[in-house]
Amino acid sequence: MTTLTKKVLNLSRLLKNVDNHTKRLSSHFNYYPDIEKSIEGETSKMNMMQAINNAMDITLKNDPSAMLFGEDVGFGGVFRCSLGLQEKYGKDRVFNTPLCEQGIAGFGIGLATAGATAIAEIQFADYIFPAFDQLVNEAAKYRYRSGGQFDCGGLTVRAPCGAVGHGGLYHSQSPEAYFAHAAGLKVVVPRGPNAAKGLLLACLQERDPCIFLEPKILYRSAAEDVPVDSFTLPIGKAQVLKEGDAATLIGWGTQVHVLLEVAQMAQEQLGANCEVIDLMSILPWDQDTVFNSVKKTGRCLIAHEAPLTCGFGAELAASIQEECFLQLEAPVRRAAGWDAPFPHVFEPLYLPSRARCLDDLTQLLRY
Amino acid sequence: MALKTGASFLRLNRLNQVFRLLSTSSRPEIIQNGGNNADFPGAKAPYVTEMKFVDENSYDPIPIYRVLDNDGQVIDNREEPAIDKETLLNMYKTMVQLNQMDKIMYESQRQGRISFFMTNYGEEGIQVGSAAALSPKDLIFAQYREVGVLLYRGMTVTELINQCYGNHEDPGKGRHMPVHYGSKQRNIVTLSSPLATQMPQAVGAAYAYKRLPNNDRCVICYFGEGAASEGDAHAAFNFAATLECPVIMFCRNNGYAISTPTNEQYRGDGIAGRGPAMGLHTVRVDGTDALAVYRAVQRARAIALDNKPVLIEAMSYRVGHHSTSDDSTAYRPLEEIQKWTQAENPIQKLRLYLENKGLWDAEAEKTYVKEARDMVVRTMQDAEKKKKPHWKEMLEDVYYDMPPHLQKQMQQMEKHLEKYQEHYPMDQFQKE
Repeated sequence: MTTLTKKVLNLSRLLKNVDNHTKRLSSHFNYYPDIEKSIEGETSKMNMMQAINNAMDITLKNDPSAMLFGEDVGFGGVFRCSLGLQEKYGKDRVFNTPLCEQGIAGFGIGLATAGATAIAEIQFADYIFPAFDQLVNEAAKYRYRSGGQFDCGGLTVRAPCGAVGHGGLYHSQSPEAYFAHAAGLKVVVPRGPNAAKGLLLACLQERDPCIFLEPKILYRSAAEDVPVDSFTLPIGKAQVLKEGDAATLIGWGTQVHVLLEVAQMAQEQLGANCEVIDLMSILPWDQDTVFNSVKKTGRCLIAHEAPLTCGFGAELAASIQEECFLQLEAPVRRAAGWDAPFPHVFEPLYLPSRARCLDDLTQLLRY
Repeated sequence: MALKTGASFLRLNRLNQVFRLLSTSSRPEIIQNGGNNADFPGAKAPYVTEMKFVDENSYDPIPIYRVLDNDGQVIDNREEPAIDKETLLNMYKTMVQLNQMDKIMYESQRQGRISFFMTNYGEEGIQVGSAAALSPKDLIFAQYREVGVLLYRGMTVTELINQCYGNHEDPGKGRHMPVHYGSKQRNIVTLSSPLATQMPQAVGAAYAYKRLPNNDRCVICYFGEGAASEGDAHAAFNFAATLECPVIMFCRNNGYAISTPTNEQYRGDGIAGRGPAMGLHTVRVDGTDALAVYRAVQRARAIALDNKPVLIEAMSYRVGHHSTSDDSTAYRPLEEIQKWTQAENPIQKLRLYLENKGLWDAEAEKTYVKEARDMVVRTMQDAEKKKKPHWKEMLEDVYYDMPPHLQKQMQQMEKHLEKYQEHYPMDQFQKE
């Protein structure tokens, strides 16, 4: 190995002669940290990876039935979210599973059915589909089909999702809409460390199975002051991050930060004061907050990374049109990933970027 | 699968019944109507009155076939494959070329020139040994650590590096992550990232070949021991056996699935242990010995073309990190890796064999390593200069014909770019 390292070092010298004209893609968003505190009390600087680790740590400490498992979870997970937890809670509570997503989901349902709290990690949301049957046909229908005798509410499935700059087809997808279509599952997407901790703790205490999608680009993108104590953010409740009257911008996960910047650009360039909503829960979603906002502004732009067709924006747009028809000044607009698989080198042109959202917003305001 | 201490059982006739119960290699005679043998639709086996559970210790492990020792000497002369000089040199040079490409491209990722990379260290013997024993017509379904197979099959370093850069000469048109190669022309199905998905597909392709008149093609499917835990792996084995497909299921058991060691991945006698249980002709081979792999695949190909599916488990060690996103020192000691970079190094073994035969020497090594390295560096310089494909390629090939809704999206983007060009790295992409 040492000879190998030496050779690699020699190579790096060699490679310096190669034209350095390839530049890394810069991030497609700027992070807007949470300023308001979720609860009173001591806080600590945490990035989203640390906040998720902290939420699982609290759960493993307080709930002796809780277990954390998945592929490569033992050494800390490929995104390091379970770092140190096996050392702390033992190999029988924090463990590697064989490489099998349907197994992970089914095993988790079984744990929950027997009364345990199951924290299942799927390494990438793009790899959750072998588990689709277990989640959609089993987890989602457990309580319903047994007449309320059985449930697997103790199950939370965590999966890193979303664009990361270079993930290509199978390390970038946002599958929230697939799961929103399966009655019985709750689907949650955090936008940063505070939201991740509060929402993950809520999922782990929730009486229904939850799909917790973690935008992986946010794991290390920024740190926030996160309460050290346990706290939950209610599932099914959106947050208004910026108040305004010109239009309502709705997003979740990373896209919230894109929209916050778009709102700022709209203020500067168009003199329009937009309201920005982080939906947070995809299902159930906060109809009151959304409808009240759109009734106030009369215009709505929804943005998500997932493809346009049958993305969750479609459900929001249809519902908004139904409920807010008389107050709408323009048709609801959607900015989304194009209806193609997630492409590697075209990522900057595929995503609903700042520019695309601003373009859409401009047309929405001028309608 | 050999019975544990099978030889002594054979001598003891009164234990014959136990032997029959445990053996998978000799089927008991079926005696109908009141005999001692059951005739259930699902199992034809002798009745016994003594209950005995079999477990993973009831059988000897499937042995590991090898041709070369660590000094590159043939252990049993009868097993030395008859490979001509040119082919042997081609095999060795492919390993060296692969190794040089791995080193340089890995480093280029570290420098931010490409977004991702995976090396093949420790598995060069598996790749080149198996590729050399196949016909160029045989269809390849690979996982992601089989670049030696692709190089041997004739994919050029240029094609591979263009893929990693996703430039306009990438056969995959820049859509896939680096190292996800494919070449229709060379019968290499484009790789996918999800694990084991290619396995039942390979079986299906083999079945389609079987139905062609005078079929002389088989399908080979590569997968890791980790991927073998997926449901698709079980489906593939079962379909291959029941539908009698001309397919070679080739497991690269390199000891780790990212960080997960084999003892947390499976129990029992590895992946090969599943073969006889599922009705597959099975062999386990030393994956650090290119000649042993060659022999195994050569024989497997003949069996497969008789529509008898084969499972090969090639044992090796993943010397490199899983990928550029991984640091394997977080879960395995450096000393563990050492052994596999030295005595058990597959490139070294084949080199010693060639040297013993007088086909290679230090001078040839020096010259070729330099040639291989220079070629990669030169190719990389060229690949970096090439633009990425035109942005419209982003929406092509989703369907055979672009449906109206996608045409509309393309127009929408076109209009958007007219006004907002400066927000996008358009200079990186080809112009109309």
